[in-house]
Formats: sequence, structure tokens, C-alpha cells
Amino acid sequence: MEPYHMNLNLKVWRQKNCKTKGEFKLYRVENISSEMSFLEMFDVLNEQLIRDGDDPITFDHDCREGICGACSMYINGKPHGPWQANTTCQLHMRAFNDGDTVVVEPWRADAFPVIKDLMVDRTAFDRIIQAGGFISVNTGNAVDGNSLPIAKDTADTSFAAAMCIGCGACVAACKNSSAMLFLSAKVSHLALLPQGGPERKSRVINMVAQMDKEGFGACTNTGACEATCPKEISLTNIARLNKEYLFASITAGR
Amino acid sequence: MTWKQVFTSSVGKKLVMGLTGIFLILFLMVHAGLNACIWAGDGGEMFNKGAHFMGNNWVPRILELGLFAGILLHIIQGFLLTVENRKKRTIGYEVSYNEGSKWYSRSMGLLGTLILLFLVLHLSHFWLPNRSNQGFLLGEEINLYKKMKLEFSVLWVVIVYVVGCISLGYHLAHGFQSAFRTLGVHNRRYNTMLISLGYGFAIIISLLFALMPVSFYLGWVE
Ligand code: SF4
Ligand code: FES
Repeated sequence: MEPYHMNLNLKVWRQKNCKTKGEFKLYRVENISSEMSFLEMFDVLNEQLIRDGDDPITFDHDCREGICGACSMYINGKPHGPWQANTTCQLHMRAFNDGDTVVVEPWRADAFPVIKDLMVDRTAFDRIIQAGGFISVNTGNAVDGNSLPIAKDTADTSFAAAMCIGCGACVAACKNSSAMLFLSAKVSHLALLPQGGPERKSRVINMVAQMDKEGFGACTNTGACEATCPKEISLTNIARLNKEYLFASITAGR
Repeated sequence: MTWKQVFTSSVGKKLVMGLTGIFLILFLMVHAGLNACIWAGDGGEMFNKGAHFMGNNWVPRILELGLFAGILLHIIQGFLLTVENRKKRTIGYEVSYNEGSKWYSRSMGLLGTLILLFLVLHLSHFWLPNRSNQGFLLGEEINLYKKMKLEFSVLWVVIVYVVGCISLGYHLAHGFQSAFRTLGVHNRRYNTMLISLGYGFAIIISLLFALMPVSFYLGWVE
């Protein structure tokens, strides 16, 4: 594709902090290269704002290569923008044309309060992980990989779930603000492997309880999360989580 | 963990929706099967026999109580879930995200409400007059076939019934497969099967039910 340049109108959510009310502000950026990433376009805009003595727009980002899950923009009515299986930082400006108006909003969910502008507080996810998204082991030398035989397709399914980068797009996409796709990925990847076995029941029970405490909604299987997830986490993980939860709640002692 | 914790958790609440949903799906099959007797071409004889069994025998009458309990649980829990879920996003989006999911999967609350409104009318047409005639015990029933013929001679009633059936069809199109997912069916093979089965069931059931008032109105049955 031949590179081209474009002028864009941006409608961006601005909000000082979680206590104040926010509003949309209109901006114009000019001469943007189609080879830039979406975040680079925001860098250009921010430099422009700083030059004009305005407050630059706050947004989350870190790796800028689609692996950390920090970036989080809801672009033109879809988390992470128009492309499939893609993060905001990996969205490139060739997705847009000269003269387009682009609406950029933060993740919307009461469990993800806005910190400033487009940056939201996703520590609720950290607390869900702390409730059980790990295995308790004594650290020491790494064991020989071959000492634990795991069927190839089981390992593949587990790794596919482990791809989740905790970005929160699933919550942002869900009409119920449910964190089930994220939670189900975290529960599935450990439930499928022998290492996750000993804490299998307590893990799912505690993580679901924490998710509810954080104020995420209940899943109604609409599939919006799967459709927008940058790592293509499958909806079948949610069904697996339901099975894990059902089994654990019936059989867990205490 | 206590049972209370299980059934008040977000996953537990969905379990209740799924279990009652599957129970209601089973009921729909029985209901549609029995009602299909109107097409036996015998002036309603077979249909009234079936209705007599359902209304004048303690076994189906006790099961009927279970049915009401199931429907109520499904309605109340569904209502609470819809309200609670809506509260989780105080500030909505400027541009909403609609491509990722089917409209009817996002509108289960609305479709459920339409079905409930239809149900009120439906019960007041048949169930209520019949049971009150019976003194709510095992008394004399009314001729339900005749009653159908009478009610379904009115155009607006037929239209409301057809709209009710369409709502039911879309509710099932999502509800059928979703119920099984909620119960933990996660194998891709079964899920693909359940999705097709769900669509098939939704279409057949809603079509069958919708054809009943239409058949009477257009005089396809005597
Ligand atoms: S499941 Fe997908 S959308 Fe949700 S947090 Fe993980 S990577 Fe992001
Ligand atoms: S900045 Fe790391 S995934 Fe986008």
C-alpha cells in the first residue's frame, strides 16, 4: 500500500480526574502519515497541545507492540479501534482516510474509573489475579520440562488462554461491563495444566468472588468480548469457567 | 462456601437462569406437542382429550406448580440481572459497540418483557377462565378448543400472539445455546451443535405456536 497523508478531526474525551465531570473536546491534526500508529498520531497531537500551552491528553501505553495490554482506547465505537485481533498501539493510521472524524473514549465501566482523560484504573484486574490467578510453589531450580507430560492440544488450549494481556477491552465491549472473558482466560490457562490442579477449586471460587466484589456485571454470553479481544480469547473459556465454578461449588469442602 | 454464596454470585445467578431456561424449553416442547392436536382434523376432539388430561389429573397439575415456580424464578432473576448489569456503567458510550454481538443477545430483557406481556394476555384467555371454572381444583373444564376458536377470531389478538411468538423465537435463539454454555458445555464440537440446534428449536417452536392462532383465524381448522 502506498503511504499517504491525511488531516483528521478528533473528538476526544477529556476529564481532569475521577471526581470531575468530563466532556468531549474537538481537535484537528494535519499531515498525519498513514504509516504512523494511532498512538504516534496522539503523540503528534499532544506535542501540538503542549506547544499551544494546553494540557496534553493522558492515555495509557507501554510496550507499543501489542503485548503488554496497557493501551486502552475506545475508538469509533469499538475497543482498540476498527481492526480485528488488534491493540490500540498496533492500530495504524492506514485504517483511516483524509477528512475522517474519529471519536476516542476511555473504557466505560464503573469498575474501571477514569483516572484522567483516556486513562482508566484497571487495578481491579490485579486484585482478581491476587485472589487466585497463580500457583503456590516453592521457587527453586526450574524443573525439567519433560518430567510433566501434557497432551499437545491441552497445552495449546491453555497457552491460547494464557495469551490474555489483561487489557480490559472485553469489559469495555460488554453491555454488562462483565469481566468474564478475562477471568475465564486466567482460570482456564491454569485449570488445564497439572500445575494448576491443587488449587483448582479455591482459585475459581475466590476469583469469581473478587470479580463480583469489584463491581463487574454478570455475563450473558453475547459474545461482544470475543469479537473485540486483541488476543482472540475464545468464548468457550467462559463456558469452561462456568463448568469449573459449578463443579467447585458442588464439591468444595468447608 | 455456602449455597447462598453460590447462588448469589454472578455465575450462580446465571446458573439459575440457565437451569430454569432449560426447564421452560422442555415445557415448551410439551405445550407445542399437545397443542398441535388442533390440526388432527377431528373438530378438536383429540386436543380436548389432551387438555383434559393436563387439567384433570393431579400429576400434571402438581407439575404445573413447578412450572409457575420456574417461570417466576426466571422472570425475577432475569429482571434483577438486567437492572444490576445496567448499573455497572453509569456513563455510557458516545458511539455504541454493536457489531460484536447479535441484537437479540443484547435484548434478552426487552424480549423477555414482551413475552411476559403476551403471557399475561395468554393466561387470561385460557388458563385463568379454565381454572376458575374448575374452582382451581379438579372441577369441570371449559371447552378449550371452542375458546381458542372464539379468541382467535379477533384480528388484534392474532397479531399480538404472532408478535409474542416472534419475541419468543428470538429469545430462544440466544437463550437455548446460552443456557448450555452457562451450564458449562465448552467443547467446540458440542457448542457448534447446540447453536444450530438452538436456532432450529427457536424457529420450529415459534412457527408452530404462531400458526395456531393464524390457523383458526384463516379457518384452516374447523
Ligand atoms: S480477554 Fe482479551 S480483551 Fe479481555 S483482558 Fe484479556 S486480552 Fe484483553
Ligand atoms: S502499549 Fe502494550 S499492548 Fe499496546
